[in-house]
Amino acid sequence: MDQVSGNKITRALLYLSGVSVSFEGFRAINNLSLTIDHGEMRAIIGPNGAGKTTMMDIITGKTRPDEGDVLYNDGNVDLTQLDETSIANLGIGRKFQKPTVFEQHTVEDNLLLSLKADRGVWPNLFWRTTEAHRERIDEILEITKLTAHRSRMAGALSHGQKQWLEIGMLLGQDPKLLLVDEPVAGMTDAETAQTADLLRDIAKDHSVVVVEHDMDFVRALDVKVTVLHEGSVLAEGRLDQVTSDERVIEVYLGR
Amino acid sequence: MISRAIFENNVGGTIFLGILAILAVMVPVLHLAVPEDSFFHVSTSTVVVFGKYLSFALLALSLDLIWGYCGILSLGHGAFFALGGYAMGMYLKLQTSGGAPPDFMVFLNWKDLPWYWWGFDHLSFALLMVLFIPGILAFVFGYFAFRSRVTGVYLSIITQLLTYALWLSFFRNDMGFGGNNGLTDFSTIAGYSVQAPETRAALFSTTAIALMAGYLIAKAVVESKLGKVLVAIRDAESRTRFIGYRVEAYKTFVFTLAAMMAGVAGALYVPQVGIINPGEFHPANSIEMVIWVGAGGRGTLTGAALGAVLINYFKTIFTTGFLAPYWLFALGGIFILVTVFLPKGIVGTLASVDWRRWIPAKRAPADEAQLKPEPAE
Ligand SMILES: Nc1ncnc2c1ncn2[C@@H]1O[C@H](COP(=O)(O)OP(=O)(O)O)[C@@H](O)[C@H]1O
Ligand SMILES: [Mg+2]
Repeated sequence: MDQVSGNKITRALLYLSGVSVSFEGFRAINNLSLTIDHGEMRAIIGPNGAGKTTMMDIITGKTRPDEGDVLYNDGNVDLTQLDETSIANLGIGRKFQKPTVFEQHTVEDNLLLSLKADRGVWPNLFWRTTEAHRERIDEILEITKLTAHRSRMAGALSHGQKQWLEIGMLLGQDPKLLLVDEPVAGMTDAETAQTADLLRDIAKDHSVVVVEHDMDFVRALDVKVTVLHEGSVLAEGRLDQVTSDERVIEVYLGR
Repeated sequence: MISRAIFENNVGGTIFLGILAILAVMVPVLHLAVPEDSFFHVSTSTVVVFGKYLSFALLALSLDLIWGYCGILSLGHGAFFALGGYAMGMYLKLQTSGGAPPDFMVFLNWKDLPWYWWGFDHLSFALLMVLFIPGILAFVFGYFAFRSRVTGVYLSIITQLLTYALWLSFFRNDMGFGGNNGLTDFSTIAGYSVQAPETRAALFSTTAIALMAGYLIAKAVVESKLGKVLVAIRDAESRTRFIGYRVEAYKTFVFTLAAMMAGVAGALYVPQVGIINPGEFHPANSIEMVIWVGAGGRGTLTGAALGAVLINYFKTIFTTGFLAPYWLFALGGIFILVTVFLPKGIVGTLASVDWRRWIPAKRAPADEAQLKPEPAE
């Protein structure tokens, strides 16, 4: 790609432009354009099937777009040319809609595996867990309220605890950009509020994109909102702004 | 550091290593130093047949490393065992012929050794090849298969095709590996007669020690952080990619390591049984190995070794009596019984039993009441 300094396409952390992808003729993402700035936290809402998860699949290299640009880090990196591993190592972390943790590993080992460190074969064969690593794991256990469960198999956790463990794994990875897909699904109101606090805290020194249905949760985040519908952006702005938008009301409530 | 990881909280592994250490010392003593008419004498056939079982145990252990810990169900693992066996067979064959082209080449009117036989008259070279030939094949095969993300049943099928292709190739006389008959009629190894009781005893002990070493290496690998990555790949491959691990590199690593261990097992097998032929590449052999591991306990290492010894022991009993024609039915029966009643295999089931319940409680009842319920495995 052309990298003439001062003549960049974008200065944003993440830049999607004209992105489309079809599954057997069905356009799941349709000419989508979206920009996330360095340090920004963004909420993405939209009805089921709007393409929110598919958008994350495209950013993280799971799905290749049919057309469009997906650029990272001031437009320096073309994400469409990279695989999941390379993208993860560029500092893009992801929490899945369906919580996915390593069920046959303890909570602690799940965090150990996620800790930011060399991902190569040899360094991991001869790996020594240092005091700093242990402290970081303890910290994350504390933040995610999983300290009492550290030695349990992750598969034995409740749904909500798995969600938190997955967020903890994101913390361990310490990525530049966190993509968080429906983090409060299946949580109680109290847990939802705690998760909002946690994400706001994380957003202090990370860029975060959160997909969520729960309006109370989105309100609690108090950030710019993008409404996705049929694979493209329907509206963008503050939550009260977009929720008073006629077209958004129509999409959400039906006519 | 490693020794602590191996012995602490690892009762099964400690027993396993202990038994092997005792066998490595006692079998030669009982074979060589105890008079033949004594009750305690270990006969030649017993030494040979148990040496063979131990080489199978090492083979099963290596298969468990990839299947049990990384979810790679190879149905062609026998290929690496056979290649290691052929590398050793080539050395033994050149000992018999004194470095000249061996008998079957003479029948083919070959005047000189083909280039790929060069160097095999040296034991050290042959031993390197025992590691490198299976290792390089596994590396190249794994590199392409894993990079293309071939997984599950498709991977099983192409591994089966790999061993099938080798099976067909090694039957051909013009391949220069003795065709249908394979390599046999060995005379000496490292200067000692392969038939001598001392040599047989030494080969047995070497196999037991190789199995111990194989176990220690495998254990160190699965206990390392890399081992945790392997299990992560087994259970959630895509998730492992999303936290930045290059899955194909890990798979290629463990697949290559396992192939090298299988090669060593094959190299120990050949001088003890006195022959290597294309039959060792037969796809059915590779499937049988999977049953050993499944029966003993996938993902336990010791279980794989135990499964290999037990099933082959039954096989020997079965196939030397009037029941011989029914062995495959028996094997199928074992497979079904284990799948239905012991899905975790023998060792896997033993390990999941809460033994503390059976041990008389030393602690006060008050302590007992405080015990939190253990999370399900
Ligand atoms: N791999 C796929 N193959 C076929 N259709 C898909 C695939 N992934 C997503 N879709 C379809 O694309 C649409 C958008 O899905 P998704 O991104 O999961 O929506 P959301 O996360 O907004 O609920 C849905 O209609 C879904 O069925
Ligand atoms: Mg979704």
